Order: sequence, then C-alpha cells, then structure tokens
Amino acid sequence: MSRIVILGAGISGHTAARYLDKWIGKKHEIIVVSPNAKWNWIPSNIWVGVGQMTEEDVTFDLAEVYKKTNVDFRQAKAISINPEGSADSEKPFITVEYTLESRAGEQENIEYDYMINATGPKLNFGATEGLGPDHGHTVSVCTAGHALEANEKLQATIDRMKAGEHCTVVIGTGHGMCTCQGAAFEYIYNVDHVLREAGVRDMARIVWISNEYELGDFGMGGVHIKRGGYVTNGKTFAESLMVERGIEWITRAHVKKVEAGLIHYETLDGEFHEQEFDFSMLIPPFAGVGLKAFDKAGEDITANIFAPNGFLKVDADYTPRPFAEWSAKDWPRNYQNPTYKNMFAVGIAFAPPHPISKPMQSPNGTAINPTPPRTGMPSATMAKAVAQSIRDMVNGAKEPTHSASMAEMGAACVASTGSHVFKGTAATMTVFPVVPDFEKYPDTGRDIELTTGEIGLAGHWMKYILHHTFIYQAKLKPGWSVLPD
Amino acid sequence: MANKVTNKEPYQQAYYPPAPTGFTKSMRTSVIWQFFRFIVINLKMLKLMSKSHH
Ligand SMILES: Cc1cc2nc3c(=O)[nH]c(=O)nc-3n(C[C@H](O)[C@H](O)[C@H](O)COP(=O)(O)OP(=O)(O)OC[C@H]3O[C@@H](n4cnc5c(N)ncnc54)[C@H](O)[C@@H]3O)c2cc1C
Repeated sequence: MSRIVILGAGISGHTAARYLDKWIGKKHEIIVVSPNAKWNWIPSNIWVGVGQMTEEDVTFDLAEVYKKTNVDFRQAKAISINPEGSADSEKPFITVEYTLESRAGEQENIEYDYMINATGPKLNFGATEGLGPDHGHTVSVCTAGHALEANEKLQATIDRMKAGEHCTVVIGTGHGMCTCQGAAFEYIYNVDHVLREAGVRDMARIVWISNEYELGDFGMGGVHIKRGGYVTNGKTFAESLMVERGIEWITRAHVKKVEAGLIHYETLDGEFHEQEFDFSMLIPPFAGVGLKAFDKAGEDITANIFAPNGFLKVDADYTPRPFAEWSAKDWPRNYQNPTYKNMFAVGIAFAPPHPISKPMQSPNGTAINPTPPRTGMPSATMAKAVAQSIRDMVNGAKEPTHSASMAEMGAACVASTGSHVFKGTAATMTVFPVVPDFEKYPDTGRDIELTTGEIGLAGHWMKYILHHTFIYQAKLKPGWSVLPD
Repeated sequence: MANKVTNKEPYQQAYYPPAPTGFTKSMRTSVIWQFFRFIVINLKMLKLMSKSHH
C-alpha cells in the first residue's frame, strides 16, 4: 500500500485528491493537508467583493466532503519537506503544524510514498509597502474573507458618493511583478456595474492600474483573435471595454508604496507618479508559501528544490536564456521534481521556467512585467494529469504516464461585467495554448481557431453555470467525475 | 461669462479604441443570438479541453 500526501486543498489539490480517491482510494492511503477548514471557489469571490454573493455561496466545509471518501483530511499547514527522510526515518516525510482549533500548534511528521505540492500562492502583500487589507490601505478579493471586507469598504464608498462626494476608485495590480490581472479586470467591471446600479456612477472616477505593457496582456503576452476580417490584438478589445464604460487606465506601472488615499507608482519609462484613491483593490504579488526542505543529514536544501520565488522546481528547463531563445519546450510536462521523483507540484505551486510576457525593466532597474498566470483550468488539468501518473506509478509504472504542459493546453476565462441574467454581459476568452508555441503556430504562437474572445450574455450564463457546476463537482455530488474540469 | 465649450479635446486615451455600435451592443444582449453563441462557445470550450488532456 502506498501513501500519497497532497499539500493544499485548493483548485489543484482538491482535483488531485478527488481523482486519486476515485481511482485508488480503496487500496492506497490518501492524505490531504490544508490549513483552511473551507474550500473556496475563488473565481466567485469577485461577486462577494461587490455584495452579490455571500461567503457561504462560495465556500463549503472540506472535512464534511472528505468524510464521504477515503481521503484523510488534516487541517494543518505544511512547514517542511524531508524528501530523503532523516536520521530517525528511512522514509520521506513532511512536517505539518495543525491549524484545527483542537490541535492548534501541534506538529507532526507525515511519511509519504508520493507527495503533491498544491499549496498555491502566498499573497505577498509585504512586497509593497502599505498594500493589502491587514497592514495596508487597499482591499483584496483573493480570499472570501478579503472579498467580504472589500464589499464593506465599497458600500461605504458608495454611501459617500450618495451623500454627494466625488470618489476615485483604483483597481489593478499592486506590484510590478504581479500575476492574476484577470481577477482585477473582472472586479473593475463588477464595481462599475454596482456603481451604476446604485445610481452613483457619475460621482466616480474609475482607474485601472497594472504592470501590463498594454491592456489585455494578462501575463500571457496578450492574445491575438480573429474579428472583422482582421487578426487583432486583445489590447483593442480590452481598451474598448474600458472606453465603453468610461474607465481610465494606467499601464506599465509598478506600485511602490501605498499611503492612505495615495498610490505611489513608477512607470517603465522610469518616472514616478502618484494616484489618489478613495477605494482601491490591488492584487498582491504571489510567492511560494515558504516551505523548507532538508536532506537526510538535516542540511537545508530549500534552495535546491525551490526556485528563489518559493515555487517548487519540476521538469521544466530552468536554464537562464535570453527571451528570444525561450521556447514552448521549456515548460514542464509531468510536474515531477527532477531530483526526488516521488515529488510533484501543480497549480500555482510549481516554478515556471520563465515569464510568458516579455521581461522588462525601467531605467531605475525596476522589473515591470506580469509573471505567468496559472489559472483555474490549467491548475485542474495538471492536477488530473499528475493524479493519473501517480495512479499508474503505484501500480508499477516507472515514469509519469500523463502530461499537461501549459504549452499544449488551453485556458478559458469568463470575466463577468455585470450581473443581471438578461442585461449583464461577460467577456469570454479562450486561448490555446496558454504558453505560445511559435514553432507550431509561427504567426501568433497560438491556434487562431481556438483563441477567441467575445462579449455577451452567453458568457454571463456560462459564468453562472460554471460557478454552480464547479461547486457541485468539488462537493463530490453524484456524477461529479463526468463533468468537465 | 465663461466661454461655452464648442470643441472636444482630441487624442485622449479614449480617442483610439473601437467603441461598439448600437447594433453590436444589442446583439450582445439579444437572447436569441446569445443562445446561439452560448452553444458555439460551449463547443469551442469542449474542443479546447479535449485538446488539453494528454
Ligand atoms: C479573485 C480571483 C478570481 C479568479 N478568477 C478566475 C477565473 O475566473 N478563472 C480562472 O481560471 N482562474 C481564476 N482565478 C485563478 C484561480 O483561482 C487560481 O488559478 C487557482 O485557484 C490556483 O489553484 P491552486 O490549487 O494552485 O491554488 P489555490 O486554489 O489557491 O489552493 C492552494 C491551497 O493550498 C493551501 N495551502 C496554503 N499554504 C499551505 C501550506 N503551507 N500547507 C498546506 N496547504 C497550504 C491553501 O489553503 C489552499 O487550499 C482567480 C483568482 C482570484 C484571486
């Protein structure tokens, strides 16, 4: 019998857990370690952040769902990995610290035969002075709790506008190296929508700020789509959406510091600017969650296993090379650590070989370019592939049997721009592949038939359906495994 | 008396991007047309997903 330990029960960790449980849960042991009691459908936090959904609508109790399965759920956070074991243990293990109230602070070593790191991002608000809801002046929608607070502050700002005050709303990214622009992009349209519904849109100046070279980059170097007899850059559509709603934008910006009501930022041309705000939601940069690693002798080998940003190294080509020499082949296929073959990383937790958008620096040496996104669909796809490989490896396969390179998979993103079933619209975007492959698709790096974008009610219906489908699926309700991931 | 504004400031940020026409906007919220688009988008997504699994 093998023991598989999964760190993290987010989109990727939970996907790996439910498939492994379905395939090998009766014969093998599956342990999920995750610090939060609740699972969160993060994309719908946007609607919590504008008061259209509650925390209960987007979360559910993990222990209850795992009770229906053979998965042993430990409400704890992983602290370190000993992939070679230790002086006292022949087997590799991870060290966890319980966050479950009844065992809070208690530490335990959990041995494993296979381990999947699916710990997602550390929301690194600390990288920007004054950023974030806890020690700063901006709000966030990255967790359901943050989104609740964001809505409270948004409603207070709406009240001020109703009382006749003009307010400035600033939404975007809070650092030159942020990813996840899509979340902020969706939030800005939902804020615009609720301001209109509240009848105060004319009292608000709405400003987008981001580290993208041009609007619509999304950390993927932008996309090209076919429209009106042309192949056009997504920038055109992103700008059009903003103009249609009277939203201004600032791009190529690195937020350096946030004070109460004032954002200080530097632009790619090396200039420093300030932007006032009354309400601001800025996405923080992401880092790895800070796991440490030790060898058998107890030496710290964190730097060998993790990239400097804290993400776990997998089967990618990390050789530093100039941008022009990067290729789709650099991207990992199996998500297996090259040194410790029983260790995998999926979702945001794996270390990408390089950005997708071109790295750039201001004359002052400040890096201002989005880092690669690992959105929901790719996170689930790679988790399923790793689960399939581990299933086969516990049954005797020598190597991973399934691959899921971001240079060979697509992503779909639906950004709602309003909420009414008949009046709201959404921007639906598909890209294939996520990482452009210029050898296969020389013109734009992507399959132009599968890379599309359109705005309309249809996307809005999809967004609602996806919300309900994914929560249904994550709750392991009947027939969950026939639903697409 | 303040001068009446008779001209619009050109070349602002909003001057360049395409703005949807009334027809385009109405198609975005036309239930019949959007029902058709819904089916098309779903088929595209299914194709995208089937090409993403190896
Ligand atoms: C507001 C918002 C909107 C978004 N909208 C979309 C969208 O519309 N479409 C889309 O495709 N993507 C969207 N995304 C991105 C999507 O949410 C992420 O790509 C996805 O959640 C990544 O999955 P993951 O499993 O890597 O990380 P997560 O889902 O963040 O899961 C990480 C898990 O690890 C746990 N963890 C953390 N530290 C530890 C530790 N030390 N030990 C053990 N466990 C730990 C966490 O508690 C969590 O359970 C959005 C993101 C945000 C923030």
